[in-house]
Amino acid sequence: MQRLMVNGVAIDDTFAEAFGMRATAIIITGPNRKWARQAAISMTGFATSVIGCGCEAAIDVELPASQTPDGRPGCRVMIFAVSTDELQKQLQNRLGQCVLTSPGSACFADLKGTADLKLGSALRYFGDGWQVSKKFGGRHYWRVPVMDGEFLCEATTGLTKEAVGGGNLLLLAESNAQALAAAEAAVAAIEKVPGAIMPFPGGVVRSGSKVGGKYKGMTASTNDAFAPTLRGVVKSELGPDINAALEIVIDGQTSDAVAAAMKAGLGAVTKLGPAKGASRISAGNYGGKLGKFHYHLKDLLP
Amino acid sequence: MKALTFTLRETPPERLDLSPLTPEKLASVDKREIGKIRLGMSKRGLTVSDLFKVSGSDLKTIVFEGGSERFDRVGTGLVDGTIRVVGDVGAQAGRQMRAGLITIEGNAGPHAGSCMRGGRLEIMGNAGDHLGGPLAGELAGMNGGVMIVRGRAGAFAGDRMRRGVAAVLKGCGEYAGGRMIAGTLVVTGGVGRLPGYLMRRGSILLDRAPQELSPSFVECGAPDSSFAAVMDRYLVADGILKRPLLGKAPGKFGGDNAVFGTGEILFRR
Repeated sequence: MQRLMVNGVAIDDTFAEAFGMRATAIIITGPNRKWARQAAISMTGFATSVIGCGCEAAIDVELPASQTPDGRPGCRVMIFAVSTDELQKQLQNRLGQCVLTSPGSACFADLKGTADLKLGSALRYFGDGWQVSKKFGGRHYWRVPVMDGEFLCEATTGLTKEAVGGGNLLLLAESNAQALAAAEAAVAAIEKVPGAIMPFPGGVVRSGSKVGGKYKGMTASTNDAFAPTLRGVVKSELGPDINAALEIVIDGQTSDAVAAAMKAGLGAVTKLGPAKGASRISAGNYGGKLGKFHYHLKDLLP
Repeated sequence: MKALTFTLRETPPERLDLSPLTPEKLASVDKREIGKIRLGMSKRGLTVSDLFKVSGSDLKTIVFEGGSERFDRVGTGLVDGTIRVVGDVGAQAGRQMRAGLITIEGNAGPHAGSCMRGGRLEIMGNAGDHLGGPLAGELAGMNGGVMIVRGRAGAFAGDRMRRGVAAVLKGCGEYAGGRMIAGTLVVTGGVGRLPGYLMRRGSILLDRAPQELSPSFVECGAPDSSFAAVMDRYLVADGILKRPLLGKAPGKFGGDNAVFGTGEILFRR
């Protein structure tokens, strides 16, 4: 494979292959930054991959009090799923179990889309008849009495069908510490990109997968081509100097957001250089036949 | 295009029904016929040209230069465009309007914004009794939109209100929000006796604690309220109020328990 070199980091001439998804965004606020984050973190917990979690979700950006609808600190949370029905189900369950329950929380829509997803319109029944509907300024809210006052929740939020899931970078390094340093640099850079999330723990996944497996019923199994301990026994993608690979998976509100996030990640990792971080950057794809969106690394270089 | 302007020649000698002078109704009238529209309510039947000098041609923007408390039913059923009255109006200004904007630069009589369903009605002066309220026999009053009275309102402001936001900035008379079904009534500057009397649902938002409440209202605590924050921001952003109304943790009275009992009076503590 042809490789470009940027600041001593080899860039594979390959592409990340991504898929169209359904997505929504909400703003969760709390009495302070800690509790706004706590509600958002709980809601986006166990939401790393649609394969096993039903959705992929994470905090897109933290918002200062001046930028939220109720003047309290907040987080913009994005949720991605493969179908509208699944997205609605995940949104409703996570909102009900994780945000409604979090002290002092409130929840607002933050996406205008082609269709509406229920927020407060679904949760209002928790009010057992004491819920209050309020419409003003072109928006509809539900107020549900709870033990610390009221849970304020906008009735609906928007759904976008323009979302893209599965943008990725594979960071290959000589040691685990270098791979992790590269991954952390990429995550820090991508966190600044609006409209893009990294759903895996801390934004990083170490168990990249391939489609299918030898066992019946396995829809995904280990990406043996990038597993360093298998490099002698399978058709490996890894050279003799690589001992650890980590992946950054990116979901974006639009294709442009994914591209911007990958560009930011590439920039951060190449800037870090091979001595401290990754010596090679690649990307995961399925030969280009499955996903509609292709992000060629060479087009996204800093 | 210049606004279609009706300049009042002199104080009208009889009550007028100005409901024919809305953009929608005038759209189907030939320009030369406008002067012949009958407005007077007596058997004399004064016409537009008897009362006004007409100029301009933009039907979407109607201006009345000069007003009178005999100007009844201004902007009735407005569905589009704007109407501005440089002066006072009589009863039922903006009644049943559905969209558009009506600005009254003077005072308004009783039943201003009666049963309005949408749009924005702004009264710079005072308003009479039954602001937004239904006429006899109608089941619900204001049913949507935004109504602002920059001055004072009379008794029964927001009577039988069902939807929308009504704001009175310099206080109002007794029974504010009486028999409310739902919606939001904002009053700064104090309310008279028994606000929310027999309200079923809905919110009455005050800048101070009410003086005399029906005994069927009960005190309901004062936790921090995101709703109050969002409402305060809306009222300021929309130009209704200059400063936040409720604050972080408004007090609440729930009622009226003589009826449905899920209404509320929220007030700044």
